[in-house]
Amino acid sequence: MSSATATQPLPLNTTRPRSHEKPLFDPLKATTSTAIFIGSTLKPRFNSSTKLNHFNPHRRSATVVAVSEVVKQKKPKSASNLLITKEEGLVLYEDMVLGRSFENMCAQMYYRGKMFGFVHLYNGQEAVSTGFIKLLKKEDSVVSTYRDHVHALSKGVSARAVMSELFGKTTGCCRGQGGSMHMFSKEHNVLGGFAFIGEGIPVATGAAFTSKYRREALGEADCDHVTLAFFGDGTCNNGQFFECLNMAALWKLPIVFVVENNLWAIGMSHLRATSDPEIWKKGPAFGMPGVHVDGMDVLRVREVAKEAIRRARRGEGPTLVECETYRFRGHSLADPDELRDPAEKAHYAARDPITALKKYMIENKLANEAELKAIEKKIDEVVEEAVEFADASPHPSRGQLLENVFADPKGFGIGPDGQYRCEDPKFTQGTAHV
Amino acid sequence: MASIFQGLGAATVLTPTNSIDSKKFHVSPRRSCSERKARFLVVRSDGSLNMRAHRANKLITNAVATKPDGSVASTSSSKPGHELLLFEALREGLEEEMDRDPSVCVMGEDVGHYGGSYKVTRGLAEKFGDLRVLDTPIAENSFTGMGIGAAMTGLRPVIEGMNMGFLLLAFNQISNNCGMLHYTSGGQFTIPVVIRGPGGVGRQLGAEHSQRLESYFQSIPGIQMVACSTPYNAKGLMKAAIRSENPVILFEHVLLYNLKERIPDEEYICNLEEAEMVRPGEHVTILTYSRMRYHVMQAAKTLVNKGYDPEVIDIRSLKPFDLHTIGNSVKKTHRVLIVEECMRTGGIGASLTAAITENFHDYLDAPILCLSSQDVPTPYAGTLEEWTVVQPAQIVTAVEQLCR
Repeated sequence: MSSATATQPLPLNTTRPRSHEKPLFDPLKATTSTAIFIGSTLKPRFNSSTKLNHFNPHRRSATVVAVSEVVKQKKPKSASNLLITKEEGLVLYEDMVLGRSFENMCAQMYYRGKMFGFVHLYNGQEAVSTGFIKLLKKEDSVVSTYRDHVHALSKGVSARAVMSELFGKTTGCCRGQGGSMHMFSKEHNVLGGFAFIGEGIPVATGAAFTSKYRREALGEADCDHVTLAFFGDGTCNNGQFFECLNMAALWKLPIVFVVENNLWAIGMSHLRATSDPEIWKKGPAFGMPGVHVDGMDVLRVREVAKEAIRRARRGEGPTLVECETYRFRGHSLADPDELRDPAEKAHYAARDPITALKKYMIENKLANEAELKAIEKKIDEVVEEAVEFADASPHPSRGQLLENVFADPKGFGIGPDGQYRCEDPKFTQGTAHV
Repeated sequence: MASIFQGLGAATVLTPTNSIDSKKFHVSPRRSCSERKARFLVVRSDGSLNMRAHRANKLITNAVATKPDGSVASTSSSKPGHELLLFEALREGLEEEMDRDPSVCVMGEDVGHYGGSYKVTRGLAEKFGDLRVLDTPIAENSFTGMGIGAAMTGLRPVIEGMNMGFLLLAFNQISNNCGMLHYTSGGQFTIPVVIRGPGGVGRQLGAEHSQRLESYFQSIPGIQMVACSTPYNAKGLMKAAIRSENPVILFEHVLLYNLKERIPDEEYICNLEEAEMVRPGEHVTILTYSRMRYHVMQAAKTLVNKGYDPEVIDIRSLKPFDLHTIGNSVKKTHRVLIVEECMRTGGIGASLTAAITENFHDYLDAPILCLSSQDVPTPYAGTLEEWTVVQPAQIVTAVEQLCR
């Protein structure tokens, strides 16, 4: 049923329905096909697409081919074929609405001078965060990028804690020491927002290594924790991506590499930056499945995510999933977003993942308008309350400045008086000389 | 100021053999030189810049341990403790910690089956398995990041840079994640990793393999740095670094791996933040670390013969500095000479000079002198390489200048 979501590198134009017993993808066997790269509506400015096609007959033109066309044909025929239950649908809807409302509120607060710095909003990409993270257990880990607010929210970090962090307050999830691009939650195993391209992938690989280590070296046979590494299309040209695909496949680590391909690395079109824009193909090259999915469709993302996460839990190793998505706003709130073609923006705006889920649920009688409205209202209140909470929270005190530099405060060293500096009564007031 | 000493020293005659007290355990640091000689390893180093001497002693221009004479060896069985080389001491510390705590693991290039480029992890893969002693692909930034991710989720990885210089490829992970992540996460995550490996200026290894990285790493917030210099402190610092909740960079020196010393059989650890008094004295405080300790001790012998009584401190903790020990010494001698292999610009010596000036300026009777290696890419040619790092003769001259 969702075969169109799983794509394999081998023969094109052969489609085989997937049996439910079988794993969704097998790196050695081609189960499905229809490898379609959506691509940007903005054509590369150099005249290369025909040349490339000439060299590689399997390669598609880089002009726009919407995957939505394919997805639309795959509508479930009866209620028994529904991809989700009502409860699941409502959870997904709520999470996506939370992501969207929260980010919209961030924009407001930024322009109102409540938060500063670089703030990267997730609008448009919600299907990826929700589709993946809502399948995780609390013990599973998530590693994100600088566009990390919504990943943290999906993983269960409260809107209050994230908003407060953005306001730079002590009640923030990192006590105001992290900020927009560095959201962490030990409780929820959010291992961080990483602000440099690619640097989170090795950390995620390390978390997956811990799962394997606990199972095999520490004898915790039931440790089946999975790590999700989120990153964008721009990252897929960075060495750490390739290095970690290699190591994760080599050691069969329980990790899923989730590419949120929103087609743009700030102002660099994916097609201008990448020799072969089909990122999912790099999975099989490293000996792991590569899957291409419509990232504007939460149900399809979820389908793929389910199998990728299951594979990881079963100890069968990593999966590379390329989610074709789009950001509705500029790269950050500081980006005037002048470069992207309005037609391209309109094309994806029409494929808003939240609207699509709403439509799906109503058409399939999984929920009615009133129920969904109630969720929206609830989320509005949650976000409003988060702002009030953040606003009312205290700014960090001077003493906080020096805390947390070293986990072991003795690392602050020994002062001229022979005492550890951390034992200096002035230390916590932040006035001790360090 | 210090630069005037760089070219000096050729005229100073140094004896090629020196005895070094590299142990604190059951020997009072106040014991006399002659007692030491019988008991401790012998380090040969030729500090002379005299070209004829250089050619004649080409292989002993560096601090490399040789076996003590037969009388010491023959009595060794009756003494407490056991004798081993520095790389074996590191290995012993690592092995003990891996025995003690199953979350301690090793990762790096060729640390497993091959046993490490300097054999620090020899035999550990056989004992602990390939997962606990993980051979990684050649991908420094990624396996260092992997170690950080593992540390965040409960393991205590020891990450080996096959050569310390290779860790420049992991600089982003070491700086952004290793150093800062505890802080940016608001204290939620700790990164109890040890990053270690062979570094320093070796013997004609060329620029890239002869780096002095302390200066590069020292300003990363949240990272502790220690440098080992004897088998005794190598083992003790290795164990302490593994147990620390802080990320620790442990500097080893390629030319010190074969130093031999008797170390106690009983378990011990060293304090990461503590300097080591190598030779108490009255006239001048010489602060040094790692391999330069041996050049200093060689110079100290000459200085003693000339009637000086230098106090030699191996600062060991490169970040933070043990200003307690250093301060007490400054208050006693009122003169400071820093001898390091680090880069002159922005190096450990520069930071140390600043820290001493800030804290103990009133106790100083003379400006602090700092002998660093030259700000050049380490040259290949033996003569040029020798002129790059500080030689004992320069230390003697500097002390004479300071105490004038």
